[in-house]
Amino acid sequence: MQDFAGAFGLAFGLIVSGDPDLFEIVGLSMRVSLTALFLSCLIGFPFGALLVVRKFFGRGIVIALVNSMMGFPPVVIGLLVYLALSRAGPMGWLGLLYSPTAMIIAQTLLIAPIVAALSRQVLEALQAEYDEQFRSLGVSRGRAMLALIVDGRYGLVTVALAGFGRAVAEVGAVIIVGGNIEHLTRVMTTAIALETSKGDLGMALALGIILMSIAVSVNLGAGALRAIAERQAYA
Amino acid sequence: MPDAAPLIPTPASDAGPQTPRDRVLPGALRIERLALEVAGKPLVNIERLVLDPRSVTVIMGPNGAGKSLFLRLVHGLIAPTRGWISWGEVACGEATRSTQAMVFQKPVLLRRSVAANIDFVLRRRSGTKPERRARCEELLTRVGLADRAQQPARLLSGGEQQRLALARALATRPKVLLLDEPTASLDPASVQMIEQIVLASSADQTKVIFVTHDVGQARRLAGDVAFLHHGQLVEHRPAAAFFATPSSEAAKAYLSGNIVL
Repeated sequence: MQDFAGAFGLAFGLIVSGDPDLFEIVGLSMRVSLTALFLSCLIGFPFGALLVVRKFFGRGIVIALVNSMMGFPPVVIGLLVYLALSRAGPMGWLGLLYSPTAMIIAQTLLIAPIVAALSRQVLEALQAEYDEQFRSLGVSRGRAMLALIVDGRYGLVTVALAGFGRAVAEVGAVIIVGGNIEHLTRVMTTAIALETSKGDLGMALALGIILMSIAVSVNLGAGALRAIAERQAYA
Repeated sequence: MPDAAPLIPTPASDAGPQTPRDRVLPGALRIERLALEVAGKPLVNIERLVLDPRSVTVIMGPNGAGKSLFLRLVHGLIAPTRGWISWGEVACGEATRSTQAMVFQKPVLLRRSVAANIDFVLRRRSGTKPERRARCEELLTRVGLADRAQQPARLLSGGEQQRLALARALATRPKVLLLDEPTASLDPASVQMIEQIVLASSADQTKVIFVTHDVGQARRLAGDVAFLHHGQLVEHRPAAAFFATPSSEAAKAYLSGNIVL
């Protein structure tokens, strides 16, 4: 228990003193996960809206597929991206393996299905309300999709945050394609895994505390936004 | 027999023979042997109905008579099981729908400001931003919501929401205005305003089809009345004749305030 209390002390020391190594890792984590989130929203929102607006043949199967991809294990995504980016792989010539870009690709593949599947659920309810009015007004599919995304924005923020939470907390994919290289591809989760196995519990705990506070504040922010939206009758 | 189009365009001063305009007016509704069945159950069944292209037609009947379904059928939102619907000389479909506007019983408003709800429709048509803004203001003034332009639409009261829905419907400058019990459960002031706007639109060459089960409202608005009962067209006559001497038992009972099942 001595060690445990000491580790906490060390952790707070690192955070309060603004340890450069610590904040470099935090910064890279945020950069990778936020970029992956941005790309996922760019793909996921329109795709979710498309699944809602177009009742094409086989839509049920596509939805089931996207839904099941939400539970895809990160290590498997990591492995697939590794195979694609490794020197012998089809995209090996890009030389992206063990770079932040590779990590962004892996996390995007991981959370884009989550964003798409959850936005479909959020927008489906909205579409049920708007559909007849839109058909009466002769709104094109493209405009209907855009209107659903714009009007469902508060619900979609929650969706994005769910995706972000998954990306920032995930180890398996980034450690395989990033390699946890110091000052290059070391992010919070991979650093925690490494420092813990090294026995440097202070650093691991400091990162853990920051990771948890990010997760908590992101969720609080989402809740607050939702409450404001409901009061303004936008949700 | 239709006149053949001249091969050489004639000067504008030469108007040529007048065709009977009513035949091509988009407001003239024509229904032949229309039937809608869901799971084998007949919901609407109308042998024949022809509506004047300009008057206010009120569709009356008890709940479940098929009034809302009728409106959706003629607007082309749902396809009939059998039969023929045409507007002017065009079969009911996307083309006719684009010249019409429908106000639903429960207004469906976008999660945006009052003005943005109008602009959503105006933006489909060409027009510069100042033009659209002026038109939006004109429409909101017409329904008494000019001072609410920047408010979230869904914070309006029920009556205000329905007035906004009506303004949005008028924004498309429809040839035909379809209203599905727009004033059910609204305050008297909103009801009066909506009725006035509807009558003004009708005077402005818009065909109006108004569904209601409020007898007083029907008397105030109707040029002609179509009475539906169990999905059947029981009567269709000019309003004065209908209210004075309803010919069917169902309409007679309905007008005298009896419960019609």
